Amino acid sequence: MRQDLPALTQLQQSRRRLIVDGIGIGLSAAAFGLVYGLAAQRAGLSPIEAVAMSVIVFAGAAQFAAIGYILGGLAWPVILVLTALLNARHLLYSAALAPWLRDVPPPRRAVMGHLLTDEAFALSIAHFTRLGRTDERGYWIAAVGATFIPWNLATLAGVLIGSEIPSPERFGLDIVFPAAMVGLAAGLITGRREIVAAIAGAVLGVGVGLLVAPSVGIVAGGVLGPAVGLAVPERAARNEPPG
Amino acid sequence: MSTEFVVLAVLMGAVTYPSRALPLLAPGIERLPAPVLTYLRLVGPAVLAAIGAVNVLVVGPGGRIGFHVGIEAAAVVACLVLTLWRGSLLLGLAVAVVAVAVARALGVA
Repeated sequence: MRQDLPALTQLQQSRRRLIVDGIGIGLSAAAFGLVYGLAAQRAGLSPIEAVAMSVIVFAGAAQFAAIGYILGGLAWPVILVLTALLNARHLLYSAALAPWLRDVPPPRRAVMGHLLTDEAFALSIAHFTRLGRTDERGYWIAAVGATFIPWNLATLAGVLIGSEIPSPERFGLDIVFPAAMVGLAAGLITGRREIVAAIAGAVLGVGVGLLVAPSVGIVAGGVLGPAVGLAVPERAARNEPPG
Repeated sequence: MSTEFVVLAVLMGAVTYPSRALPLLAPGIERLPAPVLTYLRLVGPAVLAAIGAVNVLVVGPGGRIGFHVGIEAAAVVACLVLTLWRGSLLLGLAVAVVAVAVARALGVA
């Protein structure tokens, strides 16, 4: 029993930090969920359609883009192809989380997959890395508590009362998402390889993003950055997925 | 009330779900070679840094695409420094939001 106390304390501390970090992410998700709801309403989507998008697709960038596609009169097959490409980065998140979540029963992993977003990935991988092991409840806190609930409640509010709401950009809330991603990336750095991978990911992401498209830049940074990091000899100790 | 786009939402969810779930559900992930597992460990810092950098340096105000260094980049750096120094992402985010809001209110961003 006594031997379990440090591990329990560490779990509680890491979960506390997860929740505090998740508050910022949740506020950002709520602010942009409101704007999405308003945009959906103005594009002619009914409340059921707007909420269905947020519950079923549950991918902010793809949903905002879809509103633009609908307004632009794009055919559905084109919308679906563009959505799949825009969301291709989730493949990286899923692959990176897979070693941590391998002991979770497959039906629950299947649900986890649906709830996997930029924010859920960032919060949960930072939490697992701090702990050095998996905490399934931590994933649900990140995916449901900090992202799914705020995003969906705010979508509903936005589509119903959105015209009353000022733009989040006016209050600087648009900076929360990129700042949170960078802050959470810093929490994953435990050695030289992670530093090099992060810097390479950022540089390659910006370069490819400027040359091709921002979404392609993010995927390029996420795919090529780790390859650059692997070229660096490892020195510092780090927390890996349980082996 | 219209429900036509509920079908589109289902189809969009259907094309998104495989990228989210297939690696999570793939059997034998624990048997991957060590370099692959190390690569996957490095995906987190790389992709999150790429998201942050692209969102402030490539996507400018109003969604314009082009290289852009403004108060947003400074705010992200401030958040990063505070997160590393004080160990609090929430504090870093609060400072970043206030810095951007004040700069925009003063018309300097």
